Amino acid sequence: MSEASTRLAHHFDDLKQQKEATTLGMWTFLITEILFFGGLFAGYAEYRSRFPEAFAHGSHHLDIVLGTINTAVLITSSLTMAMGVHAAQLGRRKKTTVFLLLTIVFGLVFLGIKAVEYWHKYEEGLIPGAGFGLQGEDRQQMLFFAFYFLMTGMHALHMVIGVGIVGIIAFFAWRGRYTPDYYGPVEVTGLYWHFVDIVWIFLFPLLYLIGRH
Amino acid sequence: MTEHVVRPTTYYAIFAILLIFTGVTAGVAFIDLGPLNTFVALTIAVIKATLVILYFMHLRYSTKLTWIFVSAGVFWFLILMAFLFADVLSRGWLPPGVGWGATG
Repeated sequence: MSEASTRLAHHFDDLKQQKEATTLGMWTFLITEILFFGGLFAGYAEYRSRFPEAFAHGSHHLDIVLGTINTAVLITSSLTMAMGVHAAQLGRRKKTTVFLLLTIVFGLVFLGIKAVEYWHKYEEGLIPGAGFGLQGEDRQQMLFFAFYFLMTGMHALHMVIGVGIVGIIAFFAWRGRYTPDYYGPVEVTGLYWHFVDIVWIFLFPLLYLIGRH
Repeated sequence: MTEHVVRPTTYYAIFAILLIFTGVTAGVAFIDLGPLNTFVALTIAVIKATLVILYFMHLRYSTKLTWIFVSAGVFWFLILMAFLFADVLSRGWLPPGVGWGATG
């Protein structure tokens, strides 16, 4: 018995079947996530079509440079994640750990930039609530910022959870738990991470780029 | 294990394309195309998401069952959006008073 076969749960025939079930299970979860974020995107679409000017004006307050940099940071984190999974497939223990740690670093950079952006919005009085728009801003923009904070906030929460999961997987990878026969947990963590990246790929143009011209 | 291992060069190529599209979408936002701005931005986002799903998420090399699951998720999301816009965009097409509770 190789070490990997001990990773086989008793209700699966073999590791291949176990891996396919793991992957399909994660995709099933991600589909519920599509519809979870889908509700937010639907709400955004409805209100933007009703108040296009307020949304365009609200969008102007967002920092397009920081937004673009953050998009690049997140895409880079997806690359390091993909490379981490690749290293796990080949059974490279150290390489897997390093790429997973890099993914965490880029994830934290993203969250740091996001925090700076939130701070700017706070200073400009753009947090939805009673104090919104005291510096002369049109209060209709509150609707845009409600969606901005809700959508980027939910996305950031997913990032925080993702950083935690990647951290745990990186620890197990460093301990040598994964082999070319058994790396399902690394693979599905990658699926989750890339999904969160995709959500941002849509959030970026919808929040930062409307009404720029 | 007969698992498909994607070559790192493929990952780097996808990464480069994603970065280029990010630059393009940010640049195009400053050009006034009217309603087409949203269309272009969303088209680029869909292309980027598709590349991530196919290569980074290995869907291209996954089982048919996985394809069915992912397609179902996307299809249900499209139902959500289609019915939403069927409602939102068609409001005001009928004159007020036509419908339930109209007298005469």
